[in-house]
Amino acid sequence: MKYKNRILIDRVAQHTFKLTGYLVLALLGGIFGMLLYNAISFFLEVKPLDFLTGREWNPTAATPTYGILPLIVSTTIVAFGAMVIAIPLGIGTAAYISEYASPKVKNILKPLIEMLAAIPSVVIGFLGIVLVGPKIAELTDLPNGLNALNGSLLLAIMALPTIITISEDAIHAIPKTYREGSYALGANKWETLIKITIPAAAPGIIAAVMLGLGRAIGETMTVLMATGNAALFPQDFFDSVKTITATIAIEMGEVPYQTTHYFALFAIAIVLFFMTLIANLVGEYFINRFRKYHAA
Amino acid sequence: MTNNLYTKDLNIWFGSKHVLKGIDIEFPEKKVTALIGPSGCGKSTLLRSFNRMHDLVPDARIEGMVSIDGQNIYQKGISVTDIRKRIGMVFQKANPFPKSIQENIAYGLKLNNLDASPAVIQKALEEVYLWDEVKDDLKKPATRLSGGQQQRLCIARAVALRPDVILMDEPCSALDPISTLKIEELIHQLKDQYTIVIVTHNMQQAQRVADKTIFMYLGEVKEEGATIDIFNNPQHEITKNYINGHFG
Amino acid sequence: MRLNFKKITPVIEWGSLLLSTGLVCFFLVVILYEIFSKGWSSLSWSFISELPTDGMTKGGVLSPIIGTVILTLITALFSIPFGVCCAIYLNEYAKNTWLTRTIRASIRNLSGVPSIIYGLFGLALFVQGLHLGTSLLSAGLTLGLLSLPYIITTTEEALLRIPASMREAALAVGATKFESIKDVVLPASLPGILTGVVLTLSRAAGETAPILFTGVAFYITDVSVNTSQEFMALPYHLYMLSTQHQSIEEVRPLAYGTALVLIMVVFLMNLTAFYIRYKYRKNDQ
Repeated sequence: MKYKNRILIDRVAQHTFKLTGYLVLALLGGIFGMLLYNAISFFLEVKPLDFLTGREWNPTAATPTYGILPLIVSTTIVAFGAMVIAIPLGIGTAAYISEYASPKVKNILKPLIEMLAAIPSVVIGFLGIVLVGPKIAELTDLPNGLNALNGSLLLAIMALPTIITISEDAIHAIPKTYREGSYALGANKWETLIKITIPAAAPGIIAAVMLGLGRAIGETMTVLMATGNAALFPQDFFDSVKTITATIAIEMGEVPYQTTHYFALFAIAIVLFFMTLIANLVGEYFINRFRKYHAA
Repeated sequence: MTNNLYTKDLNIWFGSKHVLKGIDIEFPEKKVTALIGPSGCGKSTLLRSFNRMHDLVPDARIEGMVSIDGQNIYQKGISVTDIRKRIGMVFQKANPFPKSIQENIAYGLKLNNLDASPAVIQKALEEVYLWDEVKDDLKKPATRLSGGQQQRLCIARAVALRPDVILMDEPCSALDPISTLKIEELIHQLKDQYTIVIVTHNMQQAQRVADKTIFMYLGEVKEEGATIDIFNNPQHEITKNYINGHFG
Repeated sequence: MRLNFKKITPVIEWGSLLLSTGLVCFFLVVILYEIFSKGWSSLSWSFISELPTDGMTKGGVLSPIIGTVILTLITALFSIPFGVCCAIYLNEYAKNTWLTRTIRASIRNLSGVPSIIYGLFGLALFVQGLHLGTSLLSAGLTLGLLSLPYIITTTEEALLRIPASMREAALAVGATKFESIKDVVLPASLPGILTGVVLTLSRAAGETAPILFTGVAFYITDVSVNTSQEFMALPYHLYMLSTQHQSIEEVRPLAYGTALVLIMVVFLMNLTAFYIRYKYRKNDQ
């Protein structure tokens, strides 16, 4: 090939690659812009304060109400419950894999956790209906088990692989010398783990929890299928709840194009966007902090 | 022009760090020139400037000139790939392409529109005394070869393009003594046809292979001359200390 | 008493960690056992090779399988070139400027954006904005966007593992930068890239939320392979059978069967990825 053509191809390729980089930037901007544009259309019709403080979400009533509070509370309850289950289990498992398990056991456990991560959310949701729901109903004498507790349990399972993997990386990254120092002072394995290793790995573990939380907040199918979707203000874990994601999933399919209700779904989506964004940014902050102290 | 490679007031900065200061040197044609000096003295940087490898470093700034056959290789509009074809390079660690032995040689030939026939490939491999060892395995991945064989393959890859100059950046630092010896013998053979510039940390090696030696310190050329003179009668105290192994 | 307590404490401490690990494994076993034991009886050749019939109360899952396969292909066709090019830009060309850092930050944030929001974006951009309608194409492109950050990240990791000396070797024999990437860097990093791509696609194949409003259909009686038409997909089919069908109890065996097929598709893709990774590592040593 002629030198001139080769240089030309080189230039064209370089600009193509560069363009894709910028397009990614445009993608995030586009997503945010799309949410914002539609959300603004909504706020031209409904006061932001009413939206944020309204205790009722009923867009299809004769006089529609667009209060996001019950949706936020639902999302929060389910995600909070998931974290209560997943944090101790996740950190415990990560500590076990990193500190106690033999290489052989490690080689079995790690693929198992990847397998758990690979299960599609709709399958987990299905199990909420056929397995977890009936069990909860049986144990609590409720008519059905489709409630916040069910959703929390399933979301915990979905967040666990994230929490375990990142926590394990963090615990694993703590230098051996820390541990040896602790042993030298007469501490046993457990004391070393609790007092030295886990505190040293804390920023990494917090990051793991925040990323797991982000995943739990943004998950749709599982909560859509398992939490019952009652549009009431939830009181406790045995109430049926309707999260932001489930609301969008249910109502977007039925709502006419460019009505107030349509725009309202973008308004709650932008709230969801910020909730997951904050969780992820906090997670990233701690990951960076962890890397700074324990750069390989 | 008697010299086919020389520099004139060559200065290189990495960011704000002035790593090469006013380098003015000549490399005698069809001879081996060794660049020696303590780590960080700029010898590798100088070597890599001869085939514009610093083009990859985003904050590198280069002033002055490097000339081959009277042509400044940093001149605007010059073909960089052509420069690199004329000035081959062998690296510190053998870096064969993750392709077959045959393709390792053929790749550069094809890029430069040269004949990549089996005969040409055979000739290149013969020149580095690798042909007998690999002639039945030409289709096998080059990564299966031993370290020394890989390095000779990399030399064959450079030789195949018939360059004017071959640059070698500590080509034996990752090899065992026997492989090192083979490469040094090879360098002796190659200097009949090519101008060779070799960076080395090994004083014995410099004495064994080089006709001319250049001692560098802190980004400057401190002393240059015939290898025999540099090692037997160094003019500077610092050169003497270095070649006697007092620092480095 | 004191002595006894001292003996027991380490057991409790160690046991608590073992118990967490055991519980996590227990979850996985229960999930797999439930799906496999109850789905196995529905699984047969006819279940896989027949269309759903009689208002989805009988027949198989052929159309959802075909839909998911084509959907994943569209996702791959869109996200792989785009993602790989972007990763090449970031790893091979981009300098460390604020713009590059911003691009990297957006990629990290994009991977945290909930999948349902990708669904909304797909609806606004492809279905309505570009007038592609609710179709296979719209849904595939939406899943492509969702997959993009993962493909970029895994590709960049694969590129990062290729030593700089490999690029220099190509340049030193006269290759242009693009030629060094095309002929040396990409072939060397291919196994790593493939692993990431297959894992990402397996995730995309199991996604439901992004396709809800962009093209998936409840029930289509013929096999559609027209990219401008609506389609059936395995995850959505499972969702429908388990929540929206008028005779949910009656179709439960079909739902279990669909869940099993979906899980098997996803696991098969994961196994492929692990196989590539395993083979690559073996060759590396």
